[in-house]
Amino acid sequence: MSTVQSQGSDTAVGRGAVRPLAGLYSGNARAVISRGLMATKSSNWLVMLSGFFEPVLFLLSMGIGLGALVGTVTGPDGSPISYAAYIAPALLATSAMNGAVYDSTWNVFFKMNFAKLYQGMLYTSLGPLDVALGEIFLALLRGLLYATGFTAVMGLMGLVTTPWALLMIPVSVVIAFGFASFGMAITSFMKTFQQMDWINFVMLPMFLFSATFYPLSVYPEPIQWLIQAMPLWHGVELLRQLSVGAVGLGMLGHLAYYLVMIVLGLVLTTARLRKLFLR
Amino acid sequence: MKPQLVWGNPLWDSKACTSLVRVSIQTRGSAASPYVISAHNLTKKYGDFTAVDNISFDIPAGESFGLLGPNGAGKSTTMRMIGGVSQRSGGTLSIMGLDPEKYGPEVRSHLGVVPQQDNLDEELKVRDNLIVYGRYFGLPLSYLKPKADELLEFAQLSEKAGAKVDDLSGGMKRRLTIARSLVNDPKILLLDEPTTGLDPQARHILWDRLFRLKEAGTTLVLTTHYMDEAEQLCDRIVVVDKGRIMAEGSPAALIRQYSTREVLEVRFGSERNATVAAELAGIGERTETLPDRVLIYTDDGERALEEVAARGLSPLTSLIRRSSLEDVFLRLTGRSLID
Ligand SMILES: Nc1ncnc2c1ncn2[C@@H]1O[C@H](COP(=O)(O)OP(=O)(O)OP(=O)(O)O)[C@@H](O)[C@H]1O
Ligand SMILES: [Mg+2]
Repeated sequence: MSTVQSQGSDTAVGRGAVRPLAGLYSGNARAVISRGLMATKSSNWLVMLSGFFEPVLFLLSMGIGLGALVGTVTGPDGSPISYAAYIAPALLATSAMNGAVYDSTWNVFFKMNFAKLYQGMLYTSLGPLDVALGEIFLALLRGLLYATGFTAVMGLMGLVTTPWALLMIPVSVVIAFGFASFGMAITSFMKTFQQMDWINFVMLPMFLFSATFYPLSVYPEPIQWLIQAMPLWHGVELLRQLSVGAVGLGMLGHLAYYLVMIVLGLVLTTARLRKLFLR
Repeated sequence: MKPQLVWGNPLWDSKACTSLVRVSIQTRGSAASPYVISAHNLTKKYGDFTAVDNISFDIPAGESFGLLGPNGAGKSTTMRMIGGVSQRSGGTLSIMGLDPEKYGPEVRSHLGVVPQQDNLDEELKVRDNLIVYGRYFGLPLSYLKPKADELLEFAQLSEKAGAKVDDLSGGMKRRLTIARSLVNDPKILLLDEPTTGLDPQARHILWDRLFRLKEAGTTLVLTTHYMDEAEQLCDRIVVVDKGRIMAEGSPAALIRQYSTREVLEVRFGSERNATVAAELAGIGERTETLPDRVLIYTDDGERALEEVAARGLSPLTSLIRRSSLEDVFLRLTGRSLID
């Protein structure tokens, strides 16, 4: 009987979906997204808002407070700009990183191991790839909202002087995409909350040292190389150049960095989906 | 309101509910094999530990199949592998002709799953839980909205439609989980201890409901710790222990094969049971000493009781009953079913 059965399943293969990801994907990430939007309605608005206010508070305290001491600094195009205008794009890049990493690591880890949300989803026609794509999309949507809000604040503070600055919004989403897809891949290797803490261990120094608050040139050359190898620096550079309209071909290099990060992250996430969701 | 009337409402029998899902299932799932589930040498290892050890079974369409076993026997693990949400370490598995590991989404479109632990969406309202779950199956809202109301009525949760899941009692959550598993009109229903946490009335109503689903052709696979549940619902049972199949058959056949017709239960008080057991040797076919009582297996309980008295032993209480699956279980696993 068993041989008949397995042959039967082979014909079923021909009859059914022949897609290579048939076991992982049902093309219904939409359902995960609409669930996420519905849940937001009842979720903790304070947490949502804090994600928006965090970079704004940084901007106010450091930009205005510290800015009063610092005065003007040299902008990316060589002309002097206020300290607030200097750090604002860096804060935006950081907030894109933080939001995306939080959503794709802590949030995913929690929903999987504690809320058992994915456990329920995966007992339906949804495959793990639907869940992963849906969650990444939600993270990006949130990132888009925050980036729009932050750019508006920059405008209100008079830190936006060129229409190029509007491009900071979509580019923030690209930055978030890179971190989200990579973050999810990393989460698949995590087993305990202690291990999750390592993520913060990497993120905080990256935030502080990626030319966020002062130019890269203060470091000795080897350190400069190290920082340029890290993802956040590329985001800071991209947004800082856009904020003053200092657009150049070099930006393509930074974008390429994120493109590679997105593709690598997604490939790795897909390869690890079974490890991540089907233990 | 009489719950029987509510649950007895032939929701699933009505043609209106034989929706898109059912149709697509029938055209897709008509595999040549008579079995909707076939497991061969199914194995699951967690590191060095073998949770499911080389088990095989075939379940024909429409059968009600029970997995019985003590805690840690591997029942839930087996259920998870059937659903394709746990990767097997060995063996083959075919659900309606498809390997659930390769075709998870497609296989699960035929399944309704009640996991051992409720995993309701705590961030959504009660009714939204049903609708959103249906969306995961790709079902349209026009179908899901009336379906959700119907299922809420079935689970007697209509009044709680707009409540938060957190605000439901344990039994209500269980009922919602069961209702949720039916949202896609599943061809196969996997029920992992479905009635744990339900009050007796709700249990009986659920049995009635499951019985109707079975009559309508749904294949049921369930695990339970309740003997009466297994005897009521299951056409066939496998008893598993430590990941292996110990016995298989209909409830009646198992009782016939592994137990005697009657059982005499005598109690001498928890201190004395063990010491007295030795003096009871030879009465009946076999005795079994439990902490609170001694069981004497015999075809004639009355005579056994007379023999006990003839040996000068006077139990505090005595009871003669027919053998049940509980006895089969005890015999096979050396353990009581409800730990
Ligand atoms: N994720 C896991 N990692 C390691 N061991 C596991 C895991 N899940 C289950 N086990 C082990 O596998 C064995 C079988 O577990 P399972 O949950 O299938 O038992 P069960 O028969 O459903 O028991 P119960 O009646 O208590 O629900 C247990 O010994 C359990 O400790
Ligand atoms: Mg179990």
